[in-house]
Amino acid sequence: MIEVKGLVKTYGNKRAVDGITFTVKRGEILGFLGPNGAGKSTTMKMITGFIRPDAGTATVGGIDVAVDPVGVKRQLGYLPESAPAYPEMTVEEFLRFIAEIRGFRATSEKHARVEHVLGLTHLASVRAQTIETLSKGYKQRVGFAQALIHNPPALVLDEPTDGLDPNQKNEVRTLIRSMAAEKAVILSTHILEEVEAICTRVIIIASGRIVADETPSALRARQPGARLDEIFRALTT
Amino acid sequence: MSQIRPLFKREFLGYFRSPVAYVFLIAFLLISVSLAFSRYGNFFKAGTASLETYFLFFPWLFMFIVPAVGMRLWSEEKRSGTVELLFTLPVTTLEAVLGKFLAGWAFLTLAVLLSFPMALTVAFLGDPDWGIIASTYLGAILMAGAYLGVCALTSALTKNQVISFVLSLAACAMLVFLGLSSFTTTLESFLPVGIADVVSNFSFVTHFDAFTKGIVDPKDVAFFLSLIGFTLFLNVVALER
Ligand SMILES: Nc1ncnc2c1ncn2[C@@H]1O[C@H](COP(=O)(O)OP(=O)(O)OP(=O)(O)O)[C@@H](O)[C@H]1O
Ligand SMILES: [Mg+2]
Repeated sequence: MIEVKGLVKTYGNKRAVDGITFTVKRGEILGFLGPNGAGKSTTMKMITGFIRPDAGTATVGGIDVAVDPVGVKRQLGYLPESAPAYPEMTVEEFLRFIAEIRGFRATSEKHARVEHVLGLTHLASVRAQTIETLSKGYKQRVGFAQALIHNPPALVLDEPTDGLDPNQKNEVRTLIRSMAAEKAVILSTHILEEVEAICTRVIIIASGRIVADETPSALRARQPGARLDEIFRALTT
Repeated sequence: MSQIRPLFKREFLGYFRSPVAYVFLIAFLLISVSLAFSRYGNFFKAGTASLETYFLFFPWLFMFIVPAVGMRLWSEEKRSGTVELLFTLPVTTLEAVLGKFLAGWAFLTLAVLLSFPMALTVAFLGDPDWGIIASTYLGAILMAGAYLGVCALTSALTKNQVISFVLSLAACAMLVFLGLSSFTTTLESFLPVGIADVVSNFSFVTHFDAFTKGIVDPKDVAFFLSLIGFTLFLNVVALER
């Protein structure tokens, strides 16, 4: 579903992403790990067509993002890092706007979509609040809701559980797992347990390169008995 | 192109979701009306039932007021990061540029039309030429669009609203000053008259003046429309960089 080949992005004289290649099939949940500044967000921005790679290609559902960016964007749900949203809009207004632009123009259909994601992400209680007045976790949920509104076949989530309380973290993980059967999901995270909890595969990147690409259990088997953060440290330093 | 509608709606209503719209509309009306009644405008002394003195200041007023509307157009999206959201939604850059521009233009049109009570006052006091009033409104709206095109472009160049405002102001000032007779005289002193003419031809004042006299010259309309088209084209280029 998502195919990435030899992506490269250079900022000034710094290689943010240095030849990353992988594929994610439907039913897979790929966990994207790596230290701060490793290039996770940059890779995701290239997949979603927000920035253009200096080299390499990204395709979603067989569509090359460089050839038909809008075609790719239609199939993707994307939660950018820190979940940007228009602060002066209420949660409901914002989600209606997203629904409209995602092609749900009939009032009833739009309404149904918005209600559905409001329920999924437990936002109903703040629906009439402007986004600027929301707490960080609720803002994050709005970003998540926005990414799910059109039930996309591919999800790209940049730190989806960042800022959520433990209950909500659990909730979001359960939600992602329940949807994963018919979707291809990429999520980045700094929580190693999260990867074990929901991911079917892990990619660890450091300085823009892939240093591990395997199942969570294979990752653990690298150093039997060691903690995950020790394995992570060994791979990324 | 069907994506323009939701973008337009969000942007246009966005003006009214914050106090910005109301502050802007009130300030615009206050300033424009008081300029007309001031000793520079001579609204009463002119002794004619026309809005000429009211509209006289529009090129100048727009020079300050349109950058205030235009500066947030893209800078704000870049600063708050929503630009990443916007451009990962299924919209093309052109649709986004048009949706935003049209919303800003509609807002400025609303501001201009809110001055209609001035026209009614004139109608009450005398017997104005409605043809001239209509053509002046048309000219003002076209001119507002051209200013906004310039400001939208400068706004796309930076995420800093202050820089955006100053750049817009400078660009708009250029487009006004080009038409001042003193400025053209200076130009003519070191440029061939032909070239000086071409340069001053780019001034908003020159093109707007005809409208206030009741003349709707297709050349003036084409000037404003092509300037809008050109700046929007550059706007798309600047965003796709
Ligand atoms: N617009 C930019 N201009 C210059 N450098 C950039 C830009 N965006 C990212 N970088 C650099 O590229 C590198 C990768 O950044 P990226 O945001 O992809 O890291 P990340 O893996 O998402 O990190 P984190 O875990 O902190 O979110 C960093 O060194 C960053 O400083
Ligand atoms: Mg990141």
